Amino acid sequence: MRTPLLTFLAAVVLVLPASGVLPAFWATLLNMIGISAIVALGLVVLTGVGGMTSFGQAAFVGVAAYCSALLTTRYGFSPWLALPVVLVVTSIAATLIGLVTVRLSGHYLPLGTICWGMAVYYLFGNLDLLGGFNGISGIPPVSLFGHPLLDSRQFWPLVLVMLGVSLYLTRNLLDSRAGRAIRALRSGTTAAEAFGIAPARAKLAVFIYAGFLAGLAGWLFAHLQRSVTPTAFSLNAGIEFLLMAVIGGSGRLWGAVLGAAIVVLLKNALQDYLPLLFGSIGSLEVIFFGVVLVLTLQKAREGLWPVLAEHIPQRRSPVDEIATALAMPVRPKGEGPFLLEAIGINKRFGGLVAVNDVSFSLAKGEILTLLGPNGAGKSTTFNLLTGVLSLSSGEVRIAGHSVAGASPSQIAGLGVARTFQHVKLVPEMSVLENVALGTHLRGDSGFLRCLLRLDRPQEAQLLAEAARAIRRVGLADRIHSPADSLSLGETRIVEIARAICLAPRVLLLDEPAAGLRKAEKNRLAELLRELRAEGLGILLVEHDMDFVMSLTDRIVVLDFGTRIAAGLPDEIRKNPRVQEAYLGSVA
Amino acid sequence: MDSTIALFLVQDGLINGAIYALLAVCFVLLFAVTRIIFIPQGDFVAFAGLTLAALEMGVAPGSALLLVCLGVACALFDLAGLRNWPPAGWLLRRLGAYLALPLVLWLGVRDLAPMDLPVWADICLTLVIVVPMGPFTYRLAFEPMRNASILALLITSVGVHLVMMGLGLLFFGAEGYRSTPIWGGTILLGPMMIQGQSALLMVCTLVILGLLWCFFTRTLAGKALQAAAVSARGAELVGISVETAGRRAFVLAGLIAAIAGILIAPITTLYYDSGFLIGLKGFVAAIVAGFASFPGAVFSAIVLGIIEAFAAFWASAFKEVIVFGLVLPILLWRSLTNPHDEEH
Repeated sequence: MRTPLLTFLAAVVLVLPASGVLPAFWATLLNMIGISAIVALGLVVLTGVGGMTSFGQAAFVGVAAYCSALLTTRYGFSPWLALPVVLVVTSIAATLIGLVTVRLSGHYLPLGTICWGMAVYYLFGNLDLLGGFNGISGIPPVSLFGHPLLDSRQFWPLVLVMLGVSLYLTRNLLDSRAGRAIRALRSGTTAAEAFGIAPARAKLAVFIYAGFLAGLAGWLFAHLQRSVTPTAFSLNAGIEFLLMAVIGGSGRLWGAVLGAAIVVLLKNALQDYLPLLFGSIGSLEVIFFGVVLVLTLQKAREGLWPVLAEHIPQRRSPVDEIATALAMPVRPKGEGPFLLEAIGINKRFGGLVAVNDVSFSLAKGEILTLLGPNGAGKSTTFNLLTGVLSLSSGEVRIAGHSVAGASPSQIAGLGVARTFQHVKLVPEMSVLENVALGTHLRGDSGFLRCLLRLDRPQEAQLLAEAARAIRRVGLADRIHSPADSLSLGETRIVEIARAICLAPRVLLLDEPAAGLRKAEKNRLAELLRELRAEGLGILLVEHDMDFVMSLTDRIVVLDFGTRIAAGLPDEIRKNPRVQEAYLGSVA
Repeated sequence: MDSTIALFLVQDGLINGAIYALLAVCFVLLFAVTRIIFIPQGDFVAFAGLTLAALEMGVAPGSALLLVCLGVACALFDLAGLRNWPPAGWLLRRLGAYLALPLVLWLGVRDLAPMDLPVWADICLTLVIVVPMGPFTYRLAFEPMRNASILALLITSVGVHLVMMGLGLLFFGAEGYRSTPIWGGTILLGPMMIQGQSALLMVCTLVILGLLWCFFTRTLAGKALQAAAVSARGAELVGISVETAGRRAFVLAGLIAAIAGILIAPITTLYYDSGFLIGLKGFVAAIVAGFASFPGAVFSAIVLGIIEAFAAFWASAFKEVIVFGLVLPILLWRSLTNPHDEEH
């Protein structure tokens, strides 16, 4: 039922404009929608998924269009031969812009792209080689099987195919290991880094991909119009592309197509009707576009596509849990008796000593608890152990190897997994996808493999591993729920499942039982005992005494950043200094 | 190039740099207090210049009507947001600011403009017309987005710029204007001849920067703004409303933009959209200063002005390419010296 209908629709969309029934004017509009949608698609990934944005996409389109124009008119390239050159050139341009901004705060990328957009526009307009503000004309048409595509109706199938390819590649990307890494960055980088994702690299990759799509669109544009002028690639054009992504729904593939259709058709209509109202004094449609942009951000920040998407049933492929198990990660061999050692670690924030000369060690198959009143320095200690904060002095060793100056991803690579006191899941991703982030370091499918869908066998393994971890923590029935629909207790359990997926040697759990009900706590304790029996070292920060005392092997007590006691649970219970720290002096 | 030309270029650069410095300070101020990177800043400069030029020609400026439109929209936004009947005093204050003030201005200016008013009166009228556009814009575009990310605010700000540019075209038309100099004399300083208007511009800029410094370090209102900039939540806890702080910052931004517009209107011909380019250069200076340091912004704005003047002499066609292209190596340098600048 579904497939024949789709085929029929596809045939209509493909054939109708090409057959000549549709007026050329409408075919031109369709082409513009298609080309714009390719650019907007890059922005959808960049803005809605990666949490960055660019006002300079039109400049990338322009670089590509001018590049192809120059190659074909001056150096005798055929359009098809020019295409790979064009794509490489735009990708390099994007790499350069990306490299100078990805390591700075999020808003420097869009700011940089504004300046880049202005610079490129004036460059086009003033270079004699590029024909100045008159541009380049006489660009040869694209030929398909020896037939030049001269008319916009003949050009349409080419645009449609390119749009289809772009949508396919982008969908592949988002539904993969690389895509998950990018999506994880939008809600902060701490959790992503704790599982081995390098934020700067992931951001750069998305930005280059968006530039690549803009390059493809620019090539199409040059050979559709057969002439290029700077105005088509001004900053305003860049803003229009962003408008498409925002009103369509940033983060949604089909939102790009919807947004492009709305903006192109609206612009056409406004340019027809506004002069009737105000006389022909210039491009007044920008007022309307500006208002639409502001209102969308105020009233419907997710854009229009989600509103439509509610009426489209979603298909979800079941996770194949039988996929062959992932190989255990290869890590440097452990040296010495301990998995984790803190040797006289210190952390000072200005004059405040948050952690003062604390030492402890964690062996294989042991549960160690860090205990202490609020502000005792427990979470700071966690952040020191995992590389989120740098040590003021002292040393941390993991499996006998010193990790001075190592980044959170490097420490994760040594087999240290953690959960967070303030849960850090990606709210709009499902439980499965969130947990699969934990497998990041156990896969190696890169950006290109994911784009071309060569990652499928490994992706199945990663998802199966995640699904097993979810079953293990007892959340199998919530596997496809979005993370923001879970209770606080469930989110803590999801974090533990994510941590297990790293196949850790050391597990650091920051208040895992907070917000859990009695039965959930019992199940959690059971799970931790199992993991201990498997040989993991577990370091707990916990306030719930009943939970801790029955579970832990040893306890280290901190107060005001200093270790005040250490020993077996019973010894700690009786220790007068601990009682004083918790209950105040008895005297 | 001989020293006369060099001196002339430096002078030219200082004049442009002074205007960029005023705008750069606004960018830094608004970003600190509201986290908004206010791209339409430059549009207000052009609006002020065009308003002054229109008043001098004895024509009622389109900006007066534009202010009425913005005011009506603000009033509608306020009324639409009401849950129950507000206190009469509040209602009167709001409607007075949003409806009565613009209407009185608009009606008044239509009668006043044809009279041959002295230049100071024209300047005062320009200020009262343009300055309220700052807080009005804040009310319409940004107040409804209190908890939005910097990114969403930036995109909104670009949307506002589109609207302002279109409205500028609608209300001022596509022609360019230049007003008569406020002070037409010249000063001889050694080998340099300085136009009176240029000297005035430099002096005014220095005075405004000085006043701003006093405002932030010496007055309670200035300190409250700074507090809101350091920590919005902390400021709210000690009784400083972030909304009020935002509105005040926008009044200040509108005021500085208007003064900048009045000062350069006699020096260059302004079009409805030329403010954007002027604003963007102030914005470049703010980027160089990392949106954080006021002296840094002033310094980089002056340097930028001088670079622009020399670029215009050596490679006039590529002036803008050089100015905007410069941002990229500077960002690279910032990213290498400051690699862990994350916003969380």
